[in-house]
Amino acid sequence: MQKVQIEGVAKKMCSRSVGKTITQVLAIATALLAPLAAAASEVTVKGSDTMVILGQRWAEEYMRAHPSATIQVTGGGSGTGISALINGTTDICQASRTMSAAEKEKLRDRYATVGVEIPVARDGLSVYVNASNPLAEITMDQLKLIFTGKVTNWKELGGPDAKIVVYSRENSSGTYVFFKEHVLKNADYTVRAQSMPGTAAVVNAVAKERFGIGYGGAAYAKGIKVLRVKKDSESAAIAPEEAHVKDGSYPLSRPLFFYLRNKPTGDVGAFVDWVLSGQGQAIVTKVGYYPLK
Amino acid sequence: MLVGLAPPTRSALVRPEPRPVEASDPKNHRHAERPRLASRRPKFHALAEVAIRVLAFSSIAAIILIFVFIGKEAWPLLHDSVIGKEVTLAKMWFAQQWPGYDAPEHVWQPVSEIPKYAAWPLVVGTLKVTLIAMLVAVPLGVGSALFVSQYAGRRLREIIKPTVELLAGVPSVVLGFFALMVMASWIQQVLGLDSRLNALVAGVALSFAIIPVIFTVSEEAFGAVPHSYVEASTALGAARWQTIVRVIVPAAGPGVAAGIALGLGRAVGETMIVLMASGNAAILSASPADSVRTVSATIAAELAEVVFGGPHYTVLFFLGVLLFAFTLATNLLGEFAIGRMRRRLGGMA
Repeated sequence: MQKVQIEGVAKKMCSRSVGKTITQVLAIATALLAPLAAAASEVTVKGSDTMVILGQRWAEEYMRAHPSATIQVTGGGSGTGISALINGTTDICQASRTMSAAEKEKLRDRYATVGVEIPVARDGLSVYVNASNPLAEITMDQLKLIFTGKVTNWKELGGPDAKIVVYSRENSSGTYVFFKEHVLKNADYTVRAQSMPGTAAVVNAVAKERFGIGYGGAAYAKGIKVLRVKKDSESAAIAPEEAHVKDGSYPLSRPLFFYLRNKPTGDVGAFVDWVLSGQGQAIVTKVGYYPLK
Repeated sequence: MLVGLAPPTRSALVRPEPRPVEASDPKNHRHAERPRLASRRPKFHALAEVAIRVLAFSSIAAIILIFVFIGKEAWPLLHDSVIGKEVTLAKMWFAQQWPGYDAPEHVWQPVSEIPKYAAWPLVVGTLKVTLIAMLVAVPLGVGSALFVSQYAGRRLREIIKPTVELLAGVPSVVLGFFALMVMASWIQQVLGLDSRLNALVAGVALSFAIIPVIFTVSEEAFGAVPHSYVEASTALGAARWQTIVRVIVPAAGPGVAAGIALGLGRAVGETMIVLMASGNAAILSASPADSVRTVSATIAAELAEVVFGGPHYTVLFFLGVLLFAFTLATNLLGEFAIGRMRRRLGGMA
């Protein structure tokens, strides 16, 4: 996480092309000390790994347009981000799932507020398979059977006779929880599901594993095949494309959120407004997710 | 890391030859007459002595404090009634009949409507990876140590020894990355395994981390066997290989055992390599081709997310206590073996 922060600062430094070594050293020192003494003018953003690239791109562009602002973006998972929001160690929490009742209660106990939920983008949670996999579409039921371990061979889905290698996420991931709620209907993942530390790791694993299957944000789908998903065996197979994600016809479309403790004001407010503006939403498309409108 | 012990130190097995005491050496003046500057030195000496003493005890204090802290966080698991509703020691160690499952099973699913905290899949996973790592590292580490100390010429020794020791300096995240990206595909292709990341890949990658530990300690052990043993053996008419097999190896045995014990401690506690290369699926099986989730990787992956003081948090700290106790035991065993060897050789030399 620390690394992501420093990278963000490094990118910022490059973009401004600050030549002097001393300034750079100071910037790095500030970045390292930042968690210890968060300065007032800094906005910290923490949470969903699905949203890290989105948040970083937003931060870069925003800082280019507003040189006085400093925005730090780190990942860790939606759960980690929400914990940080509750503990007061972040200003904005990025989450790829809604806050649970228990989490809202904790926030209310500490700050006498239920928090502010701001949808900032939409994602079509994609199902990845290896590029050589002959399968093109899959039903929600089949997904459930695979990820709960009831179906273990591609043959049962009309594919080759080979064991299915199931890739999942660590349980701190919002994507893990979203998938569990919406696809597995809260059943347990199979114990054979391998937990990957991030969406990029899932994509990488599926790209290398001929008979692998995994899931993750649409923006990460490079070098693998994305399956079209059917709501049930009767309905049409739908790809996670912009139109289908926006109108909700893609069965695994989901909103991505910012969570805050209170109504955003000051630096945080300016950043949130910018994210929701045309400029901010244009970046959503560039990164590979879908804008709200 | 929370539970990692200090890395095994290179224990000096070789006892320096007792040097004749020289009267001119200022070190020997402690009880003798003080030199002229004596009037100014004692205060400074006393201060320095206190400072060094504090430093020496601080690492002991650190270990005790760490253990107390981990223990304190794990303690509620044994008596807290709120946590007891969700998880107990019995639920961790015995197969449970969960709703939605056909038979009683050991399941690690801490984030679930009914959280399940079976410890066996993690413990067995850890032991499986460790066993594989030891099966690779012990023959390689001890074998190359024997070669370097007994067979290799000076030039060869000066190439091999630093190279193996350099391996100890490779960060474990680099080893893990190499295993994840390169070794996993290669092993899968050669052996035709179902899953890329598995206990075998993690174990082999882990062995790279412990070979230098075993090699260094064993090599010192072989080197510490007094030359008089070899001379005596040769004088009795033993061939070179007989001397090595019958005299040197048995004499250095405890030192080699110490190296193996220290390597074992490192293997059990090592986190990054297994986190990256094992696939992290908590499968309870004996097959090395299955993906595994080790205790250390579980703690690393899950601790950041858990609710402070909740059942999941407590269980992770309990696993930390287990890990800590195990690595402490192996390290003590190693130290004990080294001490024994030193006494044995010291008494006879």
